[in-house]
Amino acid sequence: MLKQMEGSRAVAEAIALCRPEVICAYPISPQTHIVEALGEFVKDGSLAPCEFINVESEFAAMSVAIGSSAAGARTYTATASQGLLFMAEAVYNASGLGLPIVMTVANRSIGAPINIWNDHSDALSQRDSGWLQIFAETNQEALDLHIQAFRLAEELSLPIMVCMDGFILTHAYERVDMPTQEQVDAYLPKYEPRQVLDPAEPVSIGAMVGPEAFMEVRYLAHAKQMDALRLIPEYAAEFKKVFGRDSGGLVHSYRTEEADTIVVAMGSVLGTIKDVVDEMREAGHRIGVLGITLFRPFPIVQVREALRRAKRVVVLEKSMAVGLGGILATNVGMALAAKPIDVYTVVAGLGGRPITMRSLHALFRRAEKNDLDPVTFLDLNHSLIAKQMERERAKRRSGPAAEAMLRDVGVVAAKLA
Amino acid sequence: MDKPFAITLDPGSSLANHTGSWRTFRPLYVDRLPPCNAACPAGENIQSWLYHAESGDYEKAWRALTENNPLPAIMGRVCYHPCEGACNRQHVDAAVGINAVERFLGDEAIRRGWRFESSAAATGKRVLVIGSGPAGLSAAYHLTRMGHQAVIHEAAPLAGGMMRYGIPKYRLPRDVLDAEIRRLVEFGVELRLQSKVMNVLAAMQEGFDAVFLGVGAHIAKRAYIPAGDASKIIDAISVLHDMEGAQGDELRPMLGRRVVVYGGGNTAIDVARTAKRLGAEEAVIVYRRTREKMPAHDFEVEEALQEGISIKWLSTIKEAGEDDIMVEKMALDASGFPQPTGEYERIPADSVVLALGQDADLGLLANVPGLATDKGLVQVDAGMMTGHPGVFAGGDMAGNERTVTVAVGHGKRAARAIDAWLKGETYVSPPKHELATFERMNPWYYSDAPKTVRPVLDIIRRQSTFEEVLGGLDEGNALFEARRCMSCGNCFECDNCYGVCPDNAVIKLGPGKRFLFNFDYCKGCGMCATECPCGAIKMVPEEN
Amino acid sequence: MSFQPVKFYQTGTFTVGNRLLPPEERSVQSQEKRYNSINSGHRACQGCGEALGARYAIDAAMEATNGRLICANATGCLEVFSTPYPETSWQLPWIHSLFGNTAAVATGIAAAIKVKKLKGERRNIRVVAQGGDGGTTDIGFGCLSGMFERNDDVLYICYDNGGYMNTGIQRSSATPPAARTATTMAVGPEPGNVFGQGKFVPAIAMAHEIPYVATATVADLRDLEAKVRRAMEFQGARYIHILVPCPLGWGTASNETIRIARLAKETGMFPVFEAEYGEVKSVVAIRHPLPVEEYLKPQKRYAHLFGKTPQVEVIAKLQALADRNIKKYGLLDGGAR
Repeated sequence: MLKQMEGSRAVAEAIALCRPEVICAYPISPQTHIVEALGEFVKDGSLAPCEFINVESEFAAMSVAIGSSAAGARTYTATASQGLLFMAEAVYNASGLGLPIVMTVANRSIGAPINIWNDHSDALSQRDSGWLQIFAETNQEALDLHIQAFRLAEELSLPIMVCMDGFILTHAYERVDMPTQEQVDAYLPKYEPRQVLDPAEPVSIGAMVGPEAFMEVRYLAHAKQMDALRLIPEYAAEFKKVFGRDSGGLVHSYRTEEADTIVVAMGSVLGTIKDVVDEMREAGHRIGVLGITLFRPFPIVQVREALRRAKRVVVLEKSMAVGLGGILATNVGMALAAKPIDVYTVVAGLGGRPITMRSLHALFRRAEKNDLDPVTFLDLNHSLIAKQMERERAKRRSGPAAEAMLRDVGVVAAKLA
Repeated sequence: MDKPFAITLDPGSSLANHTGSWRTFRPLYVDRLPPCNAACPAGENIQSWLYHAESGDYEKAWRALTENNPLPAIMGRVCYHPCEGACNRQHVDAAVGINAVERFLGDEAIRRGWRFESSAAATGKRVLVIGSGPAGLSAAYHLTRMGHQAVIHEAAPLAGGMMRYGIPKYRLPRDVLDAEIRRLVEFGVELRLQSKVMNVLAAMQEGFDAVFLGVGAHIAKRAYIPAGDASKIIDAISVLHDMEGAQGDELRPMLGRRVVVYGGGNTAIDVARTAKRLGAEEAVIVYRRTREKMPAHDFEVEEALQEGISIKWLSTIKEAGEDDIMVEKMALDASGFPQPTGEYERIPADSVVLALGQDADLGLLANVPGLATDKGLVQVDAGMMTGHPGVFAGGDMAGNERTVTVAVGHGKRAARAIDAWLKGETYVSPPKHELATFERMNPWYYSDAPKTVRPVLDIIRRQSTFEEVLGGLDEGNALFEARRCMSCGNCFECDNCYGVCPDNAVIKLGPGKRFLFNFDYCKGCGMCATECPCGAIKMVPEEN
Repeated sequence: MSFQPVKFYQTGTFTVGNRLLPPEERSVQSQEKRYNSINSGHRACQGCGEALGARYAIDAAMEATNGRLICANATGCLEVFSTPYPETSWQLPWIHSLFGNTAAVATGIAAAIKVKKLKGERRNIRVVAQGGDGGTTDIGFGCLSGMFERNDDVLYICYDNGGYMNTGIQRSSATPPAARTATTMAVGPEPGNVFGQGKFVPAIAMAHEIPYVATATVADLRDLEAKVRRAMEFQGARYIHILVPCPLGWGTASNETIRIARLAKETGMFPVFEAEYGEVKSVVAIRHPLPVEEYLKPQKRYAHLFGKTPQVEVIAKLQALADRNIKKYGLLDGGAR
């Protein structure tokens, strides 16, 4: 059924259709609207039976999820930013124990300086946590990916983060096609845990493993993720059969036919990039887009295949590896190792900095001329940086950098768009 | 369940890890000799019969008791209970009232008519038992249990020896005595009353394979006291003996209003208390030393004092007149002996009763080859056999410690030796366990349960009647008292070792079967030994 | 009193078993076929109080739930010595997640159980969480408080051995004053753990007004079992804090574990009581009052108090702490009900 609604609400309704049994919630922007809606569904009885638990921290949220999942319940939680970092120990633990928890990460930057706006720093900081990570481009995809995530997580016995851009998607009102309960029930079988805490068949979960088997345990985690590369397209295909639309999968190419330049990106920014590419194609540029839906496991073969004929690749990412450059770019670079293709890293949109079509047009044109540094920071205010560097050179106690720069830009800082 | 590798494990699989290899010390279950058992002259296994009494199985308790002693109702009244003196519970609160429980069991047996049973086949051997006092009855009983025919010859018209003719009724009611003797007769002991044996060897010729002598010590010792013709000096044994024949006031001994008893033993106390009950207004015990030195048991002295008997300490009788006596005061010298002081005093006295000890009548032993006596006592070996093969002796005639309990012990010991001797063997007693001392125990585990006070007859009736002074316990009290036993040195299956082992390395075998250590897992921490209430576990170094 | 002591029997109810008790009054630990929830072969030190306390408590909980129990376990000695791959000592469904999240994991299990029950898939399962004092009073305290505050249906059991024994005997907020640990060494002008720090989590648990809070020691099995049994009668958050001496950390002989725990209670250093909805309901009275030296002296962690010049002032301060417990909880007269 077509509905005009907020992204968070759409995701919440989709999750409710998945019949989760335990939901734990701790408020952090910008994921709050999702759990608020779910809390409402549980409270009014429309989602039942389901335990909705208001926990005291994200660490507790993931821990409660670990407990309920281990006890055989379909379990969901959501978080973002600092919250994801605060639960990090439990995030690793959930995957280490092989518990199929589904968690929405409403992507948001990480402080300091504290900032509530969107980028991918939070999710990508957990790229090696052993979780599957899927990035939604649109609200419809976010909704669909959650349904697929439960199926995938439970089949693999691995937890999955469904990443959607904070505010840009979570708070955006768009038209979505909300599936029916029958459709979801047809697609998502009842949860049959691989292991469960049950007095009828007692096991000890979470043993201490020493050097004699630890490597093997870690290898198996890797092998299991690699197996997801096979399953995900199958589940996406099946999804299309039931729901009638393409959603999920590994990567998605857009107008890459005979493209010399291919822009690689994840999440909602793909929409903007596609608009720019459409305009540039109109103008005769041989440019295309590769959207990465699945970041972990990284679909290395599919990325390589998609970029094989390009002369250059521009990886535009809302994250950065401080002291190195890009995170996504590094991963793409690994797919293109030994290929004579230039890979440009573009760090963009950190902390909610708008990525405008105008900036992208300029960026891609420079790329076509190979006029980009290996690592480019899009729309960086160089004079602001120069002033701050000057201050720091002049005075050891130059004061807090963030506050000083805010003074430089004036009170209109929040109106950058 | 298709479990994730290494992270998820099958339940209880640590059994594969044998932690027993860590052990440097290993626990061992031991049995130790309880101090009560060690102290019992009759060789009773007190702890074992208390164990049964604790669960309310009084018949089983009585049967365990009577494996060693056939006279519990008697013993529960007249035994001086050295067991209680040795009882470890005195270090926790007060000794277990073993004697009271024994009496309860004895009375219960009489009330319920429990009879002895023996599964031993008849051996065809006949043993002559001379004397039906506690030694003779005990010997006859044990011999019967072993399948031998015991035939008691008793000179007196009634059986019981000193139990009848020496112990006053107020301490041992005669129906109790009669009941326990009757049970022995019903068990198969042949009792021939008024059958005095004049010559042991001659009597043995009448178809006996062995003989046990238990004639007691009935001849009163005398002391020289200058006395006028009118003075009345009699001995305590005669007084007590005459009490037994008395059927009504006219036959009772005539002692007068003022009676002086001379001596400091239990007999002196008995006769003084008897005199009081016969109507004496004054009963005075004259004793040459102090209360601390007095051989009579303190509780008996205390009871006598309660009944109005007075005691003149540090005094000797120098002469006896018609209606008074002259007493010389004594003083203890540096080594504790009484020495005359030359100070005299006259005390009014209608009669003087001498309670200065007894000798045995050894006339029947004349011309027994090899049989030796020393200071009036028959000399015996560890198995109570005299120097003449096949002739055994016990009780007052064979030892200086003259109590019913010692005599019962003698009878048992002799019976075992006789049994062995009849088979051409020598009885060897099994080795004794190490003593269960209080230091080996963990007294924490014994709940706070003070000794039960037994009812005592009111003082007026004690001064005028021969009713039993000390009452018995009712069932509730007896059960409580039995359950105060700490089972020193012997596992009573409290499950502590089983419970406190952090490694589940103690195997519980089930009621009555105790426990086993599982040395596959026992790490040798020693907690079981430390927390064993009764000290029945010890730690020994591992050999390797 | 959480149970009626049997005075008339040979050993009352102080020993583990008592053949004279009717079967329904016997301890769980005395049963010939008891659960042994933690099996033989675990790698706890000789005389480990925690291994013992865990079997006492979990077996009692198993008995109370007829074996329908799931256990969540914090990181720590208990976890390490019981579940090194490839063997586990646990015989009930058991999970170890992290050091500081055990109460929350248990909350999750309880939530799952509730939903499964509503769905009619699995019935009547209860959950118990357990951890050491570090995992409970320090790193796991946030999750613990959250579980309490939400009144989740979890029995949390803390085995308090007064320190981080698994990592090599470091101080925790449950380490008593003056005790030597690897991070409060017996050196300097004020050797050992400082006075005026630390927290008593049972009192904090009571402040949450959860249905049931109790303390116990491994020295009093019957009391411990009664408290677990009582705890399982409540729905909602429950907390039992069990003192479990650590021979290694406390410097006591391996055979002395129970004796030391008993001395902690008898000297008043560790008050044994139970509370319902924030109110103390009963206290286990001191049976034979003893000065704190009796408790301190056998422990090497207090050895610096009894050197050539005994630290009488420090001992007096410890005695004052014990006296305060005695007064506060009424430990000499069994408490005012």
